[in-house]
Amino acid sequence: MAKMMYRDAVVSTIAEEMERDENVVCLGEDIVGGMGTPGGPEAIGGIWSTSTGLFGKFGADRVIDTPISESAIMGAAAGLALSGKRPIAELMFADFIGVSLDQIWNQLAKFRYMFGGKTKCPAVIRMAYGAGYNAAAQHSQAVHQILTGMPGLKVVMPTTPADVKGLLRTAIRDDDPVIFLEHKALYGVSGEVPDDPDFMIPFGHARLSRAGQDVTIVSTGLLLGFCEAVADKLAAEGIGCDVIDLRTTSPLDEEAILDSVEVTGRLVVVDEAPPRCSLGADICALVAEKAFASLKAPPLSVNPPHTPIPFARELESAYLPSVDKIEAAVRKVLGYR
Amino acid sequence: MQLSREALLRAYRQMKVIREFEERLHVDIQTGEIAGFTHLYCGQEAVAVGVCEHLSVDDKIVSTHRGHGHCLAKGCDVNGMMKEIWGSREGLCKGKGGSMHIADVDKGMLGANGIVGAGAPIAVGAGIAAKIDGKGKVAITFSGDGACNQGTTFEAMNMAVVTKAATIFVFENNHYSEHTGFEYAVGTNKDIASRAEAFGMKVWRGDGTDFFSVYETMREVLDYVRVPGNGPAAVEFDTERFFGHFEGDPQRYRGPGELDRIREMRDCLKNFRKSVTDAGLLEHADLDALDAEVLEVIEESVRQAKAADRPTAEDVLTDVYISY
Repeated sequence: MAKMMYRDAVVSTIAEEMERDENVVCLGEDIVGGMGTPGGPEAIGGIWSTSTGLFGKFGADRVIDTPISESAIMGAAAGLALSGKRPIAELMFADFIGVSLDQIWNQLAKFRYMFGGKTKCPAVIRMAYGAGYNAAAQHSQAVHQILTGMPGLKVVMPTTPADVKGLLRTAIRDDDPVIFLEHKALYGVSGEVPDDPDFMIPFGHARLSRAGQDVTIVSTGLLLGFCEAVADKLAAEGIGCDVIDLRTTSPLDEEAILDSVEVTGRLVVVDEAPPRCSLGADICALVAEKAFASLKAPPLSVNPPHTPIPFARELESAYLPSVDKIEAAVRKVLGYR
Repeated sequence: MQLSREALLRAYRQMKVIREFEERLHVDIQTGEIAGFTHLYCGQEAVAVGVCEHLSVDDKIVSTHRGHGHCLAKGCDVNGMMKEIWGSREGLCKGKGGSMHIADVDKGMLGANGIVGAGAPIAVGAGIAAKIDGKGKVAITFSGDGACNQGTTFEAMNMAVVTKAATIFVFENNHYSEHTGFEYAVGTNKDIASRAEAFGMKVWRGDGTDFFSVYETMREVLDYVRVPGNGPAAVEFDTERFFGHFEGDPQRYRGPGELDRIREMRDCLKNFRKSVTDAGLLEHADLDALDAEVLEVIEESVRQAKAADRPTAEDVLTDVYISY
């Protein structure tokens, strides 16, 4: 085991996979940083430091610094994937899917199906997502709500550095297109990461981060830590919470959720995206359909409100699900009678 | 450079297959037996064939919603295509793609595409792959005068120049983007090639109703792009669309006598026949024999399409993912 930050787990995994397989290539805006400037290549090295050192190690053919052209980046990833390469494309902010969505949604996601299963499309699209930096409505969004509903895509949302390592390696070696969502408020978080160069975490297998008998809390990403804080607080009162980290929203580990709810009878989903047609609504519906008889209380989803993400510190704090709001929701389902 | 007799016969046959494939669809669609939206390539055959006759299976092409001609020219199976358009599970894409999504990646055909302008970025990726591999292969994107106005095409042209992708932008100017005239919709000097030139590419122009113009122009374009390090290029071919934007289009935007005139004066098959027979390279009888043979090929493809297995409800669920 080695201790490393979430962002370092990203870059080290990319480097290891590029070393292992020469077909793995990276592309994105400023992933080299400094191209065409007096400072020269790698003067910056990507705003999230998730590509540091790759250019020097693997060269311009395999680490492709692109203009600000998100449609062309995603389209190029699609073309590379159809041509035998395994591209890892970076979208600097997940919010920028707006300008590139056709290539993700109508192209990458659908090639295999539209072409009758006769091709594979091994592309990874990495995106930095999430609130917490007061970056306002166009640089803070959690976009899994949009992408999870698209058949043909797999959607990964790692919470810990170890999960970044294991899930990103799986993503890069996967032959289907994978959306890899990195929470920007987690980039600086450290954790133990296995050294095994083939350490992989399969998609669709949730992680139980806290175990308890009284209530099931489902989340992933930044808010998973908030859920753990609530679980730890309630544990001191003798209340046990199952805290399930989904790891991937597509595929979804339905079994882990249903097995837990069958024991606890109570469900709170904590989701960073707005409430309508959300992951929270989806999982509440799943449980209502498939575990209705086990339920002791109506399932609850904790989401931000149906508003764009505001800028000011007070507003963003009020917008995001907080430890207090999650605790209140958990106590509400516990108190239902 | 003089083409061999075999090469001339092959080029004519390829164009004729596309022509008769489309003419037959135009008839069969009116019976209501073929589902969906279909966009026919009739009139533009010289472009697809004049480009693709230079390509090997390792060169890639990315096509458009008007893609049948590109698919056939790149080597997609006639019967597999007809079955696909008829929606059979024996079709090239098992009946899941249809007219607008025919693809055969093993043949270097990376897909027709229902989204206007979506192909160019994909061809940049394929062109970057070709550059990385360093074997002189290329990726070609076909775009119409409609797609040339999409931002994706602009992004792709700049990205290709910046990354020195081995990508060729082939613009087929058939004067109509859907139902809107080229004179109205293309703002830059009524000229697409100059737009590509402004992105920093070497450009060529040719007559898209003349196979020899396309073929000789593409020889120069390919000689240039196949040299590692040269990067992308663009070429504009002026051509004609004999049918509407889609099958069923009433074409009220056409001028009086326009369709008769372009069928008479700007038909690439007629032009080819006149050129090769005037020059004594082929006899009318050679071409007549091919005409008859191709009609039988198309008839057979329709026979097979009508008899082929239909997909089942279970087929809806397969081919979404390799594993899930």
